[in-house]
Amino acid sequence: MAYADDTQQQITHTPASYWTKYIFSQDHKVIAIQYALTAIFAGLVALVLSALMRMQIGFPGSLEFMDANTYYQAMTMHGMIMVIYLLTALFLGGFGNYLIPLMVGARDMVFPFVNMLSYWFYLVSVIVLMASFFVPGGPTGAGWTLYPPQAITAGTPGSGWGIILMLISLAIFIVAATMGGLNYVTTVLQARTHGMSLFRMPLSVWGIFMATILALLAFPALFVSAIMMLLDRTLGTSFFMPEMISMGQQLDHEGGSPILFQHLFWFFGHPEVYIVALPAFGLVSDILSVHSRKKVFGYKMMVWAIVAIGVLSFIVWAHHMYVSGMNPYFGFFFATTTLIIAVPTAIKVYNWVLTLWGGNIHMTVPLLFAVAFIFTFLSGGLTGLFLGNVIVDIPLSDTYFVIAHFHMVMGVAPILVVFGAIYHWYPCVTGRMLNDSIGKTHFWITFLGTYAIYFPMHYLGLLGMPRRYYDATEYAFIPQSAHDLNSFITVAALIVGVAQLLFLYNMFYSYFRGDKAGLNPWNACSLEWLTPDTPPKHGNWGQKLPVVARWPYDYSVPGVELDFVPQTVSQKTLQTMIDDGRSESASGAQQ
Amino acid sequence: MTSLSGNWADSPSSEQKQRRTGIRILLVVISSLFFLFFVAYMIRAQLSDWEHLSAPWKPLEQSQLLRLNTLWLLLASVCIQYARVQSRKVDRGEQEHQKIYGAASFSLLSAGVFAMLFLAGQLLLWQQLTELGYGVAGNPANSFFFVLTGLHGLHLAAGLALWLRAVLRVAQGAPMSIAATTIDLCAIYWHYLLALWLLLYALLTSSPESYAAFARMCGL
Repeated sequence: MAYADDTQQQITHTPASYWTKYIFSQDHKVIAIQYALTAIFAGLVALVLSALMRMQIGFPGSLEFMDANTYYQAMTMHGMIMVIYLLTALFLGGFGNYLIPLMVGARDMVFPFVNMLSYWFYLVSVIVLMASFFVPGGPTGAGWTLYPPQAITAGTPGSGWGIILMLISLAIFIVAATMGGLNYVTTVLQARTHGMSLFRMPLSVWGIFMATILALLAFPALFVSAIMMLLDRTLGTSFFMPEMISMGQQLDHEGGSPILFQHLFWFFGHPEVYIVALPAFGLVSDILSVHSRKKVFGYKMMVWAIVAIGVLSFIVWAHHMYVSGMNPYFGFFFATTTLIIAVPTAIKVYNWVLTLWGGNIHMTVPLLFAVAFIFTFLSGGLTGLFLGNVIVDIPLSDTYFVIAHFHMVMGVAPILVVFGAIYHWYPCVTGRMLNDSIGKTHFWITFLGTYAIYFPMHYLGLLGMPRRYYDATEYAFIPQSAHDLNSFITVAALIVGVAQLLFLYNMFYSYFRGDKAGLNPWNACSLEWLTPDTPPKHGNWGQKLPVVARWPYDYSVPGVELDFVPQTVSQKTLQTMIDDGRSESASGAQQ
Repeated sequence: MTSLSGNWADSPSSEQKQRRTGIRILLVVISSLFFLFFVAYMIRAQLSDWEHLSAPWKPLEQSQLLRLNTLWLLLASVCIQYARVQSRKVDRGEQEHQKIYGAASFSLLSAGVFAMLFLAGQLLLWQQLTELGYGVAGNPANSFFFVLTGLHGLHLAAGLALWLRAVLRVAQGAPMSIAATTIDLCAIYWHYLLALWLLLYALLTSSPESYAAFARMCGL
């Protein structure tokens, strides 16, 4: 761990042409924007898929092309795209790339070329994934968890080309994420500017840093399972495939273990939840602090909570497998660790609330999204306590309760942070503000709308409505009220979906017509707002690297006229500011 | 870049420190990958259809080729380490500059040759196994053998790409101090792959009894 050496911080790889500046750029800011736009595009595809699914659930038979196969394909692709290709890519590749070098005071990532490759591998993985929509048999419909044997057995939609492309795409994505991750971790460890100790880093960096470590350690599990399944599918090996008869034919496989796949998958799958959640935790802490003009409550506790959650996330995976069959003592162990993880998480929620407490709260759009995140994460987290207990999970497993839980906690909550963070950092990226009125409209429709979608699903789940059913109308145990509720949810979902056009319009419109942001529109303390130009130019800092003298949360320091003290203000300058303030108020009192 | 010349060995530049950190983090990722394969291997090996390749009368019970390959990889590591040590000395302006330069270049080249011999040997082993009827899909033990040696080989091939970069630098007449940075990274990576191979070797050739016992110890 070391501070970057000034002599080594020369501006390198300065772009010479249009191509190297905007397309094959090695600048972390351009790469971040490329990552973000690609991820948002993938997310829109997944959003449309969810609308199609909701039409089938709310109004069965209303879409002519929607048969059972198409439904499962839409479901699978929706899940996989949202979790991996949107959220993971956007938080790490988008926000990580943009914010880490700026927030730690570096000129760029330490390996810019590898960073560029990371984006292009990601793009290829998205193209391979999208290609599966156009191959014979269509994309895989195995459910986002891709459980064998059904994922690669004839009869499952997309068990031909679809699943192969999915597995290849995942493997490429993991290579991309690893190349990016090496950069993020090394940059944080080795390229911080003078004075930027680890405990002076903004929580955004801490969250992304820890999430990247999780990604580096957990993605190999997905890689291992993807490779072994690919070999089962293409070469006829029997890693996961048991001896079985399919459509009257004895298959060549013998003796493989589907449960082994589930263990490997969830050893990746559970940390993945925190790969998405930890950056959200970090970003939201910064947004809350800036917009309530108050220091983050319990900064060190927040950092250690992030670390603790990261470590614990590796020993809870089998709580996804309570109904898969395992030793009852394992169930007890995993239920315990799952409940323990609630402790550092609860610490974070308390600290967010206490950050707001008594602050000078500015009701800006980013703050609204951040507060909405706290509500959503809290309700999603509490249902997690239900599902973490074996005995409560077993009846609720595979019902809409589970859908409600994970959409609240790792769908809506992180997406609210994504929106809040985009509204907050858009001026830093483009030099213009997003439109406030459109932003507020977008916020209220999205926030209230997602509650209209997911809150009733808890009720459906308690009622016993099973998830993954293509057509629920034929079952006597599902009452008419459940169908009515499903229609309502679908209407809400469509409204929320269409409302996202407001956001896209706002991003597009404000890029050309938005108010000029100026240098530091939110009066924030952290380094990304203290660059000589907004948006920062290539090399970020002009001639001289910033020198950091304090942590990034000195808001409303007593005795200082301005309600924020930037990270670069030295203790001596601050003392002068305080003394000046005193003498002014003293002279004011004399008059 | 001043620190690249002069006493490189005493204090690597901060760029080199960054690269070393990067490559060590990469090694952690690769460890995670192979660790998970080991666990999968152990679990899968406990199922009834597993036919261990090193059981009596099976091809890996007494494989000379496997041992020979291990020797090649060991020699590759020794050579790259020698090249690493020599390449750091070169710019100290000592009198035997030419001699050291020659030694560094020679050991660098031999390191690559040994690594390629290893890869060729592994391919030969694959061919022999397939011809004997132990193809990749024959039994899960074979599948694991091919996947693990294949992945290890791919990683070594990537290591050879790094090696090629160092060789090209030397061949183009760049100062040894520049090539030394690449050789340094190459050495870290190759030593790791040697250690990994020794672990793999133990895993793939130990007797079925010894690791039934190991699996029991882990509660599998």
